[in-house]
Amino acid sequence: MCHIAWHIASIVHNNPTEETNEDIEISGCIVPGRPDGDSSTRCRHHQERLQYPDDRRHPGSWGRLQNAAEMYLADINGAGGLEVGGKKYMLEFIYMDNESKADSAVNAALKLIEQEEVVAIIGPNSSKQAVPGGGTANENRTPMISPWSTNPNTTLDRPWVFRAAFLDPFQGPVVADFAAKKFGAKTAAVLFDVANDYSVGLAEVFKSAWEAKGLGPVVAYESNGTKDQDFSAQLTTIIAAKPDFIFVPENYNQVALIIPQARDLGYKGPFMGSDAWGTPDLVKLCGEQCYGQYFSTHYAAAGATGATKVVIDRYKAKYGAEPADYAALTWDSIGLMVEGIKNAGMVDSNPRKMRTAIRDGLAAIKSFDGVPGSSKFNEQGDPIKCAVIVKVSDEGTFVFEESVCP
Amino acid sequence: MDFIIQNILNALQWGSFYALIALGYTLVYGVLRLINFAHGDIFMVGAYISFFVASFLIGPIVGFSPMMAFVITVPLTMVLTSLVGVTLERIAYRPLRRKGAHRLYVVITALMAGLVLEYSNLALLGASRLKFPELIEKQIWHFGGVTMTNLKVMVIVTAILVFLFLQWVVTRTRVGMAMRAISYDKFAIPLMGIPIDSIIVVTFVLGSGFAGLAGLLFAMSYPVLEPFMGMLIGWKAVIAAVVGGIGDIKGAFVGGFLLGFIEVGVVTVFPSTYRDLFAFTILLLILWMKPSGLFGIPQSTKI
Repeated sequence: MCHIAWHIASIVHNNPTEETNEDIEISGCIVPGRPDGDSSTRCRHHQERLQYPDDRRHPGSWGRLQNAAEMYLADINGAGGLEVGGKKYMLEFIYMDNESKADSAVNAALKLIEQEEVVAIIGPNSSKQAVPGGGTANENRTPMISPWSTNPNTTLDRPWVFRAAFLDPFQGPVVADFAAKKFGAKTAAVLFDVANDYSVGLAEVFKSAWEAKGLGPVVAYESNGTKDQDFSAQLTTIIAAKPDFIFVPENYNQVALIIPQARDLGYKGPFMGSDAWGTPDLVKLCGEQCYGQYFSTHYAAAGATGATKVVIDRYKAKYGAEPADYAALTWDSIGLMVEGIKNAGMVDSNPRKMRTAIRDGLAAIKSFDGVPGSSKFNEQGDPIKCAVIVKVSDEGTFVFEESVCP
Repeated sequence: MDFIIQNILNALQWGSFYALIALGYTLVYGVLRLINFAHGDIFMVGAYISFFVASFLIGPIVGFSPMMAFVITVPLTMVLTSLVGVTLERIAYRPLRRKGAHRLYVVITALMAGLVLEYSNLALLGASRLKFPELIEKQIWHFGGVTMTNLKVMVIVTAILVFLFLQWVVTRTRVGMAMRAISYDKFAIPLMGIPIDSIIVVTFVLGSGFAGLAGLLFAMSYPVLEPFMGMLIGWKAVIAAVVGGIGDIKGAFVGGFLLGFIEVGVVTVFPSTYRDLFAFTILLLILWMKPSGLFGIPQSTKI
């Protein structure tokens, strides 16, 4: 009896000051089964060891990611395993930690590829780790799916790297279009985190998208550092330029400081955010000051229909909360990986052969119905999918406003 | 014009926090010749203490109004934070002093004590950021194009009052005289019948108490708390204190505001990437011209 074991390496920070919204990284990998059943005991051993970083250190998202993975696992194994080439294989998941650092992501990927001999990796999530991690996976010819990374460089010219999220070059114009329509805005201002690739990339994309619309200029383009707490100087410059709205592609914890400070300085207009806002912690930290603001993200749990709703309701029943977008995208990434393995149509005990088969299997996926909606894949391994605009309601929940498709 | 005045107000508020923290560094340095690197983390502990005190007071068990809670939180935070500071002195610095350790070892101990505070907070409370409750109802005043909030006024006024109070303590009271005396000669002073350990405890009570106050005001102004919030601002406050002339109360006060003004000024003109580069280049130049700081006097006559 062969086993396929999944190793999901969850990459968690030690240092919360370096944490981004994209809190937790998951790397998942499949170890090809050994006929002697050895791999299953090996994996169980890992599972215990890797449980170590407990929930208190990385609240919220770690749990949510793991929840999504565990739920998927129970589905597959509950049905007797994953069927590949007419035989059923049981799956096992393993969680691992990359400390949310770029170098740790590379080390984690290398360890998984070389020591654990995995055949595929899921994660890391955040572009800060997914860009270097994807490089390692590509060089070592191991298929990887990043659930949440939106930076183009993660998959660019890397045939072994895939993703489940849309890209910033898509997200930027979505924000620009929505703001122009909703606020009737002519001028825009941007405040971004100059030390965060995600924020810088999105700010640039937005700026060129806004200027391409020809409605008016980006009147202020200000930046701050990741650990800044006082934004009054930047905001004073922005407010003096009198923009119709302020685009803030920053992490939720910074947003929770920026919006109240802007109000204190007398700004009364609207803000727009990006998918880094999409965590319930935004409302916890920001409170009423963030109510009524809009941001672009991957999906909205409220207002979902069909198969998506079924998954959300099951998740809610089991864990007592709606899946956040990173949980939903993790779910999708596992789904994609399963699809890729099915397409591979074989299980080979040689990890190199299996990796190639899975990569080809993943590349063969033309479209996929995921929790946040269906998507198609282009030649870079990037999905073409819709984004949604979400409003922070007066009850502090994220309400679906509209869907924007490419 | 409005733009400039607004940025001056921004700088005054931000500089107030540097000044408040720098005062704590300079006070301890003035007496012990020790840069108490844990001070930034005592500030962080102060912010967390005020969070728990305030949350408890407005919580369902006590149920005070936010204003009432604020009035009680201020002294309680200061007392509890000064206890943390005194405890630190007792278990980390005093044993080394007793053994006659070189000051270098005490400074390293202070660095480690700061890390211990950060990581014990992390272990105890987790990396989850906390949202500080709103204690005083925020009022925004408009003067033409310039805005000001009651909280900002309170922060600036507090920094000035704390400075005046500490200046008075050090220069006008018997305790202050004893503090200055210890910095002159800590071996001769016990012979004069001055209880050196008690004076040092008083120094830590003052320094940590006001760090607690700064932590509370900071948490009210920037209501997102995390265990490493005191690290960077603490380091910058040391630099502010050194530029002002460490050991001198006036120096810490002026140095804190100077740093605040330079930082806000640089961000106003240049992208914020250059902020720390420019700010610390300017401070470096000041030290280059005046190595003992703006108000510092070379050698053993500080405080």
